[in-house]
Amino acid sequence: MLSFSFELLLESIVFGVLLGCFYAAVSIGLSVAFGLLDVPHVAHPAVMVFGAYCTYFLGRYGWDPIVAGLALMPVFFLLGMALYRFYYEAFEKRGAEAGVRGLAFFFGLTLIIEVGLILAFGVDQRMVEADYIGKSLAIGEMRIPFRMLVAFGVAVALTTGLTLYLSRTFTGRAIKAVAQDEPALRLMGANPVRIKQWAFGIATAVTALAGAMLIIVGPVEPSLDRVYIGRTFAVVVLAGLGSMTGTVAAGLILGISESIVLMQFGASWAPAVAFGLLLIVLGIRPQGLFGR
Amino acid sequence: MKARGAGFWIGAAVALGLAGFATGTIKNEYFFFAAYIVLMYVVLATAWNILGGYAGYVNFGTAAFFGVGAYTSVVLIQSIGAPLAVQILAAAAMSGLLGFGTGLLTLRLRGIFFAIATVALIVIMETVFINWRYVGGATGVQLLRPAPIAPFESYTKMLFVVMALMAVAAVAIARYIETSWIGRGLRAIRDSEEAAESCGVPTLRLKVFACTVSGALMGAAGAPMPMYLQFVEPASTFNLNYSIGALASAMVGGTAHWLGPVIGALLLSSIQQIVTVTISNEVNVLVVGVLLVVFVVGAPEGILGLLVRLRRRVAALVSR
Repeated sequence: MLSFSFELLLESIVFGVLLGCFYAAVSIGLSVAFGLLDVPHVAHPAVMVFGAYCTYFLGRYGWDPIVAGLALMPVFFLLGMALYRFYYEAFEKRGAEAGVRGLAFFFGLTLIIEVGLILAFGVDQRMVEADYIGKSLAIGEMRIPFRMLVAFGVAVALTTGLTLYLSRTFTGRAIKAVAQDEPALRLMGANPVRIKQWAFGIATAVTALAGAMLIIVGPVEPSLDRVYIGRTFAVVVLAGLGSMTGTVAAGLILGISESIVLMQFGASWAPAVAFGLLLIVLGIRPQGLFGR
Repeated sequence: MKARGAGFWIGAAVALGLAGFATGTIKNEYFFFAAYIVLMYVVLATAWNILGGYAGYVNFGTAAFFGVGAYTSVVLIQSIGAPLAVQILAAAAMSGLLGFGTGLLTLRLRGIFFAIATVALIVIMETVFINWRYVGGATGVQLLRPAPIAPFESYTKMLFVVMALMAVAAVAIARYIETSWIGRGLRAIRDSEEAAESCGVPTLRLKVFACTVSGALMGAAGAPMPMYLQFVEPASTFNLNYSIGALASAMVGGTAHWLGPVIGALLLSSIQQIVTVTISNEVNVLVVGVLLVVFVVGAPEGILGLLVRLRRRVAALVSR
């Protein structure tokens, strides 16, 4: 079981890096929603799986998954704005006890999305077709599937884009300002709710593209979001809430450790890696690697 | 106060009497099969409420405690063929231990971090049992029921009565905690942990106590499950639906009073049982999700809150 081979280790690290970037990309929406805006968005993975199914739906009409993912972004942006508005009106505005009930609300939402998908598409696994899915790139003995490379590319573009947006543009900086000190922003005469609404929209739009990648990387099923609750929250917490560079680093850590466990101990142990990592981080360093 | 206490015990005795009466009169075996699940959710929701409702720590990990309880039974059945009572006590002890550990987590984790950590608990426990061959691994294990004990003509009826006893016990424990100084301390923690601590409330001890009791009750509720289904496998035992059911029942019923989770669980699981039979299993999960969202948004105090408001309005009308 523990037969150690250098090549196997190298292969698992390369695969882990690709996987890690993918994890960073699926977590980055949550990094904004939860990390910066403090919304307990447990439904984030469910929204992502919903995005994956939308991609699948468009794929049946001959849309390329990446194009479909991009096309879904504006729709999800509006969806996210509406969702935040609702959350704000129903919970944040009422203050103190928002925590417990907000969590329960997103938990219920997760369930509704999941069952909605089951009723619409059934419990079977779904996948999309494209030229780059199924083929792989051979480097020596190593075979790297193209779909992982595509996901890797999109992930890098997405993360860089969002990092630049948050640090360079006016609105992006406003979003960071909301995260740092909301009352101060209010005193400056800005409306934090509108900024947060905008930011939540962006987070949801990014999640749509992440969903498209999800279905490129592998087949999806309605209950897939349950595994990703652990993965995405592990990445965001490990990163230190709201840090974009941290999200990439944390994604890589998770990807590599999961891939090593996968190759050394087998697939049945892999799901526990994210949660184990999460518990360790929460126990030892709750502010994460790049905590604010 | 004393009179109300007596009222509670009379109510409990009447409920148990009805359960006993039902086993004698109702012939349809399926009734007990369904009622068992409803009562199980009464236990789970009541247990959830001790930590989630009184102390305000949202526990998504009900399934983990439930599953550990169920698998403790499996281990005992496989190894020494232990009787049901032993299974339940051992399961409560194991899950209580897990609850104790979770309680220590609250030292550092609050709010959503605690909630996510409890989700982590489910997956880690599930992974452990998937990889443990002795209890069947991922494929699960088939179990044979022993003969039912004397007055009961079938095992399902016996399990139903056992679960009814556990439900009454769970509610009595929750009620005791709520009305004693422990409950006051937990509520102080919910409202403001810092304030409670600085007023001399032993916050950590109370939280660990609440976690342990809550976990033990959830484990006890899971203990008869292997014998109920005669089959156990990790994926359905550590299913997030148990967590959702417990949380939703308490939230829908009302978290401030011990009666809330009872009402919520009776209502929600009865609806679920009916929907599962008449429509489908998926719609049954949907009902829980929709009710949870509707109540959390529209009636944060749950059904109990609505009743209190209704009573006030009626009282206002009468006095005018």
